Amino acid sequence: MSFVTDEETLPGSRIAYSVAEPKDYFALLKPRVMSLVVFTALAGLLIAPGHMHPVVALASLISIAVGAGASGALNMWYDADIDALMTRTRTRAVPAGRIAPGEALAFGLILSIMSVITLGVVANLLAGALLAFTIFFYAVIYTMWLKRLTPQNIVIGGAAGALPPVVAYAAATGTVSIESFVLFAIIFIWTPPHFWALALVKSAEYGRAGVPMMPNVKGPARTRLEIVLYTLVLAPLGVAPWLMGFASGVYGGVAIVGGAAMLVCAARVYKIRAGASADRAAMQLFGVSIVYLFALFAVIVAERSLALFSAGWI
Amino acid sequence: MSNPDNGQAGRALTERELRSRRARNVALGLAIGALVILFYAVTIVKMGPGILSSSP
Repeated sequence: MSFVTDEETLPGSRIAYSVAEPKDYFALLKPRVMSLVVFTALAGLLIAPGHMHPVVALASLISIAVGAGASGALNMWYDADIDALMTRTRTRAVPAGRIAPGEALAFGLILSIMSVITLGVVANLLAGALLAFTIFFYAVIYTMWLKRLTPQNIVIGGAAGALPPVVAYAAATGTVSIESFVLFAIIFIWTPPHFWALALVKSAEYGRAGVPMMPNVKGPARTRLEIVLYTLVLAPLGVAPWLMGFASGVYGGVAIVGGAAMLVCAARVYKIRAGASADRAAMQLFGVSIVYLFALFAVIVAERSLALFSAGWI
Repeated sequence: MSNPDNGQAGRALTERELRSRRARNVALGLAIGALVILFYAVTIVKMGPGILSSSP
């Protein structure tokens, strides 16, 4: 499907055909988000008890990644109007006109259906159902409903981004566990301070696009307070996998140091409220939060992979 | 779907349109090929190499 049909209806206009490259479709999948999903899902797979054949594990991970990418495509289809208003997003394929909205919708729907069916067949029905719920939650509950309705949008919508470890655990075991929900909770509580740090800096853009982010609706002071409160919950929660015994002391050390760094950055955001240094503090928290989450899951993936290697599974 | 450059659509594709269409087709072919390989590998893993045997 390569017609850009809107232009065909204009009298005297030159018929336009798609000039979209494969990389434009790949960008619709939000590859950076997808890589985080793969990483956290891999941790969910590796904390699961028992042995999963590497081919089945790979197929499950690909299904989860494609499902996440499909929900990203549906998000870009629906949000093309507000993406066009923000400098950060206006060059995306749909608002820039390289991919027609209908093509993005079809692309997202087909990949959603295929990824859910594949995971259901390759792993089990629970995993397929959880992936379907994740896509529905992100595309419909977050994108179509909450994002334009409430400043709590990314708090509730963050559940979709936090679910991949639970989906992966279900793919490996056919059930869910408290361990997978702890990983879910870490990502869920991490999301608000991460996104609100960016929103503090980009609040004018979100305001222009009419997206009710916390700094626009409740103000920067309330946003800074909530960033500190969420980080106060996140820092001890990040240590929980070690305290619960499914991560090592090395993980515990990384979580303590990382949690302390997050608290220091959040305190700086709370304290420095004006000028360029306030923006720098917010962007520093944004950057440190990415490193923090990556480090936690990297340690889990590394030590679990090492254990599997030692046991001769891989 | 009609062929966009068979005269019905009104004009021939430009060089850029042809190049992007070719790139999309190659990417689609590679994706389908990867899917076939993945499904084949998963089938063998889940059902065992005996699935290749025609005996009951």
